[in-house]
Amino acid sequence: MSETTHQDGWHRRVLEHRSAAFAVLTTLAISVGGIAEIVPMYAVPDNAAVADGIPPYTPLEVAGRDIYIREGCYNCHSQMIRPMRAETLRYGPWTRAAESAWDRPFQLGSRRIGPDLQRVGGKYPDSWHYEHMRDPRATSPGSIMPTYGWLHEWRVDPADITASVQGLATLGHPYADTSLAGVTKSMSDQAAGIVTSLASANIQVDPDREIVAMIGYLQRLGTDGRKLYAEAK
Amino acid sequence: MDYDDRSVRRFIFATVLWGAVGMLVGVILALQLAWWPANLNTPYLTFGRLRPLHTNAVIFAFTGNGVFAGIYYSMQRLLKTRMWSDKLSAFHFWGWQAIIVSAAITLPLGLTEAKEYAELIWPIDIAIAVVWLAFAANFFGTIAIRKVKHLYVAIWFYMSMVITITVLHVVNNLALPVSLTRSYPIYSGLTDALVQWWYGHNAVGFLLTTPILGLLYYFLPRAAERPVYSYRLSIVHFWGLVFLYIWAGPHHLLYSALPDWAQTLGMVFSLMLLAPSWGGMLNGLLTLRGAWDRLRTDPILKFFVVAITFYGMSTFEGPLMAIRSVNALSHYTDWTIGHVHSGALGWVGMTMFGMLYWLAPRVYYRPLHSTSLATAHFWLATVGIVLYVVAMWAAGVTQGLMWRAVDANGLLQYPNFLDTVRVLNPFYWIRLGGGLMYFTGVLMLGWNLFRTSQSSATTTAIQAA
Repeated sequence: MSETTHQDGWHRRVLEHRSAAFAVLTTLAISVGGIAEIVPMYAVPDNAAVADGIPPYTPLEVAGRDIYIREGCYNCHSQMIRPMRAETLRYGPWTRAAESAWDRPFQLGSRRIGPDLQRVGGKYPDSWHYEHMRDPRATSPGSIMPTYGWLHEWRVDPADITASVQGLATLGHPYADTSLAGVTKSMSDQAAGIVTSLASANIQVDPDREIVAMIGYLQRLGTDGRKLYAEAK
Repeated sequence: MDYDDRSVRRFIFATVLWGAVGMLVGVILALQLAWWPANLNTPYLTFGRLRPLHTNAVIFAFTGNGVFAGIYYSMQRLLKTRMWSDKLSAFHFWGWQAIIVSAAITLPLGLTEAKEYAELIWPIDIAIAVVWLAFAANFFGTIAIRKVKHLYVAIWFYMSMVITITVLHVVNNLALPVSLTRSYPIYSGLTDALVQWWYGHNAVGFLLTTPILGLLYYFLPRAAERPVYSYRLSIVHFWGLVFLYIWAGPHHLLYSALPDWAQTLGMVFSLMLLAPSWGGMLNGLLTLRGAWDRLRTDPILKFFVVAITFYGMSTFEGPLMAIRSVNALSHYTDWTIGHVHSGALGWVGMTMFGMLYWLAPRVYYRPLHSTSLATAHFWLATVGIVLYVVAMWAAGVTQGLMWRAVDANGLLQYPNFLDTVRVLNPFYWIRLGGGLMYFTGVLMLGWNLFRTSQSSATTTAIQAA
């Protein structure tokens, strides 16, 4: 079957009879596109977020983001508002490049089984998120989202988050204090605010619960972008 | 010639086993979307954690093992030599299965890098690189000791997979570990998105497309007993495909804040990709000239023809969806899910099934247990795909139109997102039905191959190859 054609073309002598040449040419062929598209991304200054004054995620938000990733939220929720009228009407101002500069990995998503979350920060009170994670149908009748009751029980370990913050600092995220003590204090300060706001809605929760970190992360989402748009006006 | 068919049998077993597992998880996910209580209120079985298990199992476990089975069988015969190293073959097999098992454990535990089809945590990524390079060494070693000078078309396509997957896997997974189970990529934001979709799109290109084309270039002419239609066309569409595919990744990021030039390159190259894709489809279909009558009786050819047809359909649909104005509607909807499954179930799955039914008698040295059962599998799978894909098209277009619908005052007609979710429920039940049919077909395949391997009627005539 491999002898279906018998003409001895030049390309056979150069390529199809010579495995090394074939492998080299294949490698070249598959390299061009990637190099042409990815390398220029590094020619553009990648400190867009710094230039726009967007601070990195706080340690508590990093903890919440790690949970967001662990639970695979990105499988159902995008974080990218496209520049179309129907999108900006529904979700708010479209997503700017600088807004994802601290996202490792990026969270643009590929399917909206639930709504986009780019600008969910500040949209609902903390108590809404608390109830929504416990039972999505309590706040959103007809929702098909799973319940996430374990977030209200499981605890965040500051040592764990310190490792994350130190790693992100190594990758260039500007943190003033990456010591265990500094990260722990930053987390408990921010968590205390969320615990207080939940208490005002008659919800009692320990500050080290995962749900608190999750709320911290979700309430941050898109707020920097809103500020940028407000300043532009 | 003393070919290593033991490795082929091992990979076949793994293909069917992981295929059944991966598709069962897919059925569970489909049920969860139709009926949320199926998330079972437990951390380890939610949609968000199981979905990566489904995609990884189908891509790397089902397709991966199937591709390896086909490569080990065909390249030994095409190059007229046994695989270079039996030790590497065994290491490749067991290493790959260990990776799959570790994926099945870590993903439900929520240990993930959160990049689609590259979710596995960094220690597993390193294991993948090691096992893959062992396979690559065995692959090129076998080519080096070949007894046939000419490298047949199938070998080119296999080689493009071996090389490209190495590059994609390494570059996309470069990350800084902060613990044994957690790492952060060296890329951030849109650069990370661009690298990821360069990877994601070309995992489709070089794991779900080029090796499958390579398998068809071997198994289709064998099954049809007809020579490949055009050697010249295979040269043109091979080089066209491997060069153009790599550029198309940014079509996953249309309308994002990724620079416009990159988005436009992604769109334009996606459109150009239609030409080499259809070159492959035509070369496949025309190879069947003079053998079409056998389609009535031979389930293997039935599988192959439907696979090639779905390849042509998907590679038309893909470029279509990469056009900005179409993508504006299709992106983020179930249309994408439908597109992926017409490729995975229609193109990859049907090629695998045809290949496995053809291989079974030749590696078990026994006649296939039941041709009529294989034919029943074919019809069940085909109807299942159609139900699945049509339901997802309808769901995707419906939701996309509802998202953008505005009333006479220019305000959203469906401001409550949930209105656009509830309407999808009937489509989700239809999709579940289609998926169940396809899954049942895989169980029938497994039974058929098992009975074949256990049959007392041996045949030696059939193993001549």
